[in-house]
Amino acid sequence: MRAVVTVIGKDRTGIIYNVSKILAESNVNIEDISQTVMDDFFTMIMLVNLDNMSIDFNKLKTQLEQIADTIGMSIRIQHEDLFNAMHTI
Amino acid sequence: MTMFKDVLETVRMIEKERLDIRTITMGISLLDCIDSSGEKSRKKIYDKIARLAENLVKEGERIETELGIPIVNKRISVTPISLIAGSSDDLNYVAYAKTLDAAAATVGVNFIGGFSALVPKGFTKGDRILIDSIPEALATTNNVCSSINLGSSKSGINMDAVKRIGEVIKETAYLTRDADSIGCAKFVAFANAVEDNPFMAGAFHGVGEAESVLNVGVSGPGVVKRALEKAQNASFGEMAEIIKKTAFKITRAGHLVGTTVAERLNVPFGILDLSLAPTPEIGDSVARILEEMGLEHCGAHGTTAALAMLNDAVKKGGIMASTSVGGFSGAFIPVSEDEGMIEAVECGALTFDKLEAMTSVCSVGIDMVAIPGDTPATTISAIIADEAAIGVINNKTTGVRLIPVYGKSVGDTAEFGGLLGHAPIMPVNKNDSSVFINRGGHIPAPIHSFKN
Repeated sequence: MRAVVTVIGKDRTGIIYNVSKILAESNVNIEDISQTVMDDFFTMIMLVNLDNMSIDFNKLKTQLEQIADTIGMSIRIQHEDLFNAMHTI
Repeated sequence: MTMFKDVLETVRMIEKERLDIRTITMGISLLDCIDSSGEKSRKKIYDKIARLAENLVKEGERIETELGIPIVNKRISVTPISLIAGSSDDLNYVAYAKTLDAAAATVGVNFIGGFSALVPKGFTKGDRILIDSIPEALATTNNVCSSINLGSSKSGINMDAVKRIGEVIKETAYLTRDADSIGCAKFVAFANAVEDNPFMAGAFHGVGEAESVLNVGVSGPGVVKRALEKAQNASFGEMAEIIKKTAFKITRAGHLVGTTVAERLNVPFGILDLSLAPTPEIGDSVARILEEMGLEHCGAHGTTAALAMLNDAVKKGGIMASTSVGGFSGAFIPVSEDEGMIEAVECGALTFDKLEAMTSVCSVGIDMVAIPGDTPATTISAIIADEAAIGVINNKTTGVRLIPVYGKSVGDTAEFGGLLGHAPIMPVNKNDSSVFINRGGHIPAPIHSFKN
């Protein structure tokens, strides 16, 4: 099962480090990353694989929300199904 | 991977434009709870609801977390209680409403619909007792919703029911006078009621439905408005296309949620109702979509045409997005639940008569309209008769959810709180309709009902 992690906010150092650290510690594999910075506004989308995830989805979500607060970004994790349903026929 | 911009579009819809799933509603048949003993019947009802809906809220919340899309309400609809209670010797069905209320509280849903009767052609004994029980039932329960189907395109309009319901609404308003007559907000009088509607207050589980199903109601007026904002100079055809595409995406999200919850609860997925349902929050208004099309205020001349196009485009976009579309599926125009509607009424742009015209082209009817507390019961009945006639002649559902706010008059505001919002008291026509309503009897089925 795959999920999409969206990170949005003002650019700063260590965003990818902080997010990928949590993912690695939870044994979540990053399959794809796209990112862009426009006018200091950082947007990153990661496609991650949850098949071997070592913690509960809820806990992972909470950890990502906690780091989001710490670094002042918005971080969401959502199952890939929602995006596929809404944007593909 | 889904395209970068698609992911961002979805995230923006949820975070900024209030895209949500308005309700997941579990329909539960109570036909096997019929018993000649009211007490035994109510025990069966409570046990069945508590058993089947035990995990509804938990699974709903889990899917909310996983997909990252809010599911605002988790609800239950049941077989019309007049059909269940009619076999008992009880002379009052308030106890049934209390049982539904207790079951709803146990499983944690915020509304349970189905304290209902279907009387387009006439009353059974159970129907009469249920209708007489409505005011007390709504005044003594928190989460029970009630509805009556009193007309249909196939069988005409039961004018005896229309007359009686005007009185029932007044009695309910009086019994809940301490809370701005809020009991009336939990009651709808329908013509052509649908049996798979997930929205309250009119949800009930039709007799033709399966043992248990999971129906879903989506929302998303803010998303449609935002999409139109980006197309300032679009023609009507282009606007319709934008609405269709947006409705498609919203519906797909709803379909995914519905089928996933249904699978996890091990019940069949019923229908997806793709109605645009507003809330009193800023940015979640159907009226604002109509204004975005170029009307100074909702209620201006042109509003009916704008609503007709919106309603039609929403259906066209949504129908391809789900294997099973049902319920009302259109746009809702509840005054107190839509901040744009409230403002339009307060500034005098939207009148009762214009609202009535709008109901001939959208999916429901005169919904959540607060009127003076001294409005005669026969006038309320006459409003219901007008709406029922629009529904019966045009082969569509119409409903009336009126709140004659006890002790308040034009210029006052009724406060209902939460999703029900607040509403300025709207004036109604003061001319007398009592002779018309007191005739009683039945308006015959329209000519186009003879299709066999």
